[in-house]
Amino acid sequence: MESTTAAFRENTSKALSDAKLRDALSNLTDGFPARRREAIARLPEFDALRDAARDIKDHVLANLDFYLEAFEARVVEAGGTVHWCRTAAEARTAILRTCKTAGAKTVTKGKSMIGEEIAINEHLEEHGIEPVETDLGEYIIQLRHEPPSHIIAPAIHLSKEQVADTFRDKHRHLSPGRSLDEPRALLDEARGELRRKFIGADVGLTGANMLIAETGSIVLVTNEGNADLTYSLPRVHIVIASLEKIVPTLEDATTILRVLARSATGQEMSVYTTFCTGPKRQDDLDGPDEFHVVLLDNGRTGMLGGEFHEMLRCIRCGACLNHCPVYKAIGGHAYGWVYSGPMGAVLIPGLIGLEEAGHLPNASTLCGKCEDVCPVRIPLPRMLRTWRRRQFERRQTSYPSRAGLRAWSLIARRPWLYRLGADIAVAALAALGRARGRFRWLPLAGGWTQLRDLPAPEEGGTFISRYHLGEHGDGA
Amino acid sequence: MIGSSATEPITVGLFVTCLVDLMRPTVGFATVKLLRDAGCKVSVPKAQTCCGQPTYNSGDNPDTRAIAEKVIEAFEGFDYVVAPSGSCAGMIKHHYPSLFANDPEMRPRAVALAGRTFELVSFLADVLKVENLEAAYDGIATYHDSCSSLREMGVKEQPRALLAQVKGMTLTEAPESETCCGFGGLFCVKYPDISGRMVDAKVDDIIATSADTLLSGDLGCLMNIAGRLHRRGSNIRVRHIAEVMAGMTNRPPLGEPVEKEKPRKEAG
Repeated sequence: MESTTAAFRENTSKALSDAKLRDALSNLTDGFPARRREAIARLPEFDALRDAARDIKDHVLANLDFYLEAFEARVVEAGGTVHWCRTAAEARTAILRTCKTAGAKTVTKGKSMIGEEIAINEHLEEHGIEPVETDLGEYIIQLRHEPPSHIIAPAIHLSKEQVADTFRDKHRHLSPGRSLDEPRALLDEARGELRRKFIGADVGLTGANMLIAETGSIVLVTNEGNADLTYSLPRVHIVIASLEKIVPTLEDATTILRVLARSATGQEMSVYTTFCTGPKRQDDLDGPDEFHVVLLDNGRTGMLGGEFHEMLRCIRCGACLNHCPVYKAIGGHAYGWVYSGPMGAVLIPGLIGLEEAGHLPNASTLCGKCEDVCPVRIPLPRMLRTWRRRQFERRQTSYPSRAGLRAWSLIARRPWLYRLGADIAVAALAALGRARGRFRWLPLAGGWTQLRDLPAPEEGGTFISRYHLGEHGDGA
Repeated sequence: MIGSSATEPITVGLFVTCLVDLMRPTVGFATVKLLRDAGCKVSVPKAQTCCGQPTYNSGDNPDTRAIAEKVIEAFEGFDYVVAPSGSCAGMIKHHYPSLFANDPEMRPRAVALAGRTFELVSFLADVLKVENLEAAYDGIATYHDSCSSLREMGVKEQPRALLAQVKGMTLTEAPESETCCGFGGLFCVKYPDISGRMVDAKVDDIIATSADTLLSGDLGCLMNIAGRLHRRGSNIRVRHIAEVMAGMTNRPPLGEPVEKEKPRKEAG
């Protein structure tokens, strides 16, 4: 997917002026956090489970080579194939090759962020293969030619009216009298369309929430069951997953499942949780004839052992997006690439470059809510600061910013100079602001005064000066 | 109380923070009073300026270290260092040690200072165990949990427990009291439109409580929220919690002129 991350400022002003988006986002962010809170309140050991989930991921990351090879061995034993791909291009090639070998014309797809990351739909289309998204949200945005705006709720930026309009526009057979007012009617309409696609597809392409080294299984978590039809009906099942999705055992997988849905949607479990192992065996009633796992690195092994190592713990639950006040203000599209929210602001600069994505780590108050809700305790604010530090070190911070920081540092290190400047500035501002107690406008403070007044300093001088003159303050 | 015994009183170095120093000295005086009333021997080192967050959060670690060294020098030798801000106390407590991770000379000094540094409200409640504040305030207040106080310094129940000791005050909770106000230091001027949307949501939440007073423990948040409240024409009074706890509410609330003192009684 082409990034618009460099145009972050334009993206945000567009998002902030979109009233429909504002409504949609308030529904999302009010709903998921409340449900998460309730789910956690019912599970007193939730924090201990978070620690356990974090420890599982840390252990895996410290022994990644071992578990990946063990996983491959189990997949092969079960009759499947693992394709090791260093880059997005290699993964696209592996998938296309497998589709072509299968003679595929149509590929049904479960929701996959890695699919978005490597832009597989565009690639298949270019080569004459039709990809059909089967997750309702993904299906809607595919019809609209939009990228997902949330990692677990890709069409969250849309109202049901907008979805109805999209269906009327794209589903040519739809009679004008058919009511699409209710979400249920929208779902039925999409289901009717998708049923035909499920049955006709040659290849089913899914993501994986986890890969299990012990058994060579992959885990699929959905609320719609679409992934199950996607993998079980076509002749070939291709799984696309990034390599940090691996966990050692089935037991570990269940620990992570216990924090995943609760963190994501506030459900105890998602409606469908499926473990797929290899192709159809002789006595199986259904299932694919071929089972392929496309394992993607795409820069992840480069993060191992470095300052973004813990980011590889991420289980893509979306809790950091749901709780982020910046995400709530601007939505996912403003981030300009596949991922969004705090996890996106940490991950995107690593994947598409800090120069392109330089705004993202800066557009945060570092409020810490993301780390607070993260089921695997990723120190997201620390990592946002790390990106800022790298920008500064690489001189990607703008010249005026650097000069301002340098000036502030020079003053702050010299208390006498600081005092002199402070006393003059405070006296002047206090005198100017005396009548109203605040400013509606001040030179060079446009960023502040655009939307808020600036309180004037208290009259009488700075605290340090007054204190050392023997003052005790008023009302003492 | 620790300081009321026959032994030496505990010594506290007040890190007043640059915002309080420049914008709201009353918070500094209130902090001194609260600490002295609780039996502490308070000193205010003249050599203090800023904790270094503007440079730190902009990725400028060399300049931040230079500032932090000055702070560490100025505040060694006290039993405790107290700041009327979760943000600046959090900077010293959590970020100074990591800034000097590779500096064998400074690192132990940074760690030692971090161990002695507290945010004011939690220091009063958790260390000094203040239980009898002599303060009164006529109003319905709501308390905004600043991000650093709440998530870096573990301040949540302490301000509520202390405000419960203030006579005449009713405390009402805002549902989103833990949500960031959108200040974020330089964030609010670098991304004013995002910050504006965030502070608007914060102001909606506060107005919906019908409180007539907003309190918090961080002046940055308070200036941001007060600024937006005023721009939207609200007459909710905004004060740092220290002013109320110390009974120092003679000065007009944040962003209000001295002249408008009298009609304020009807406000809210």
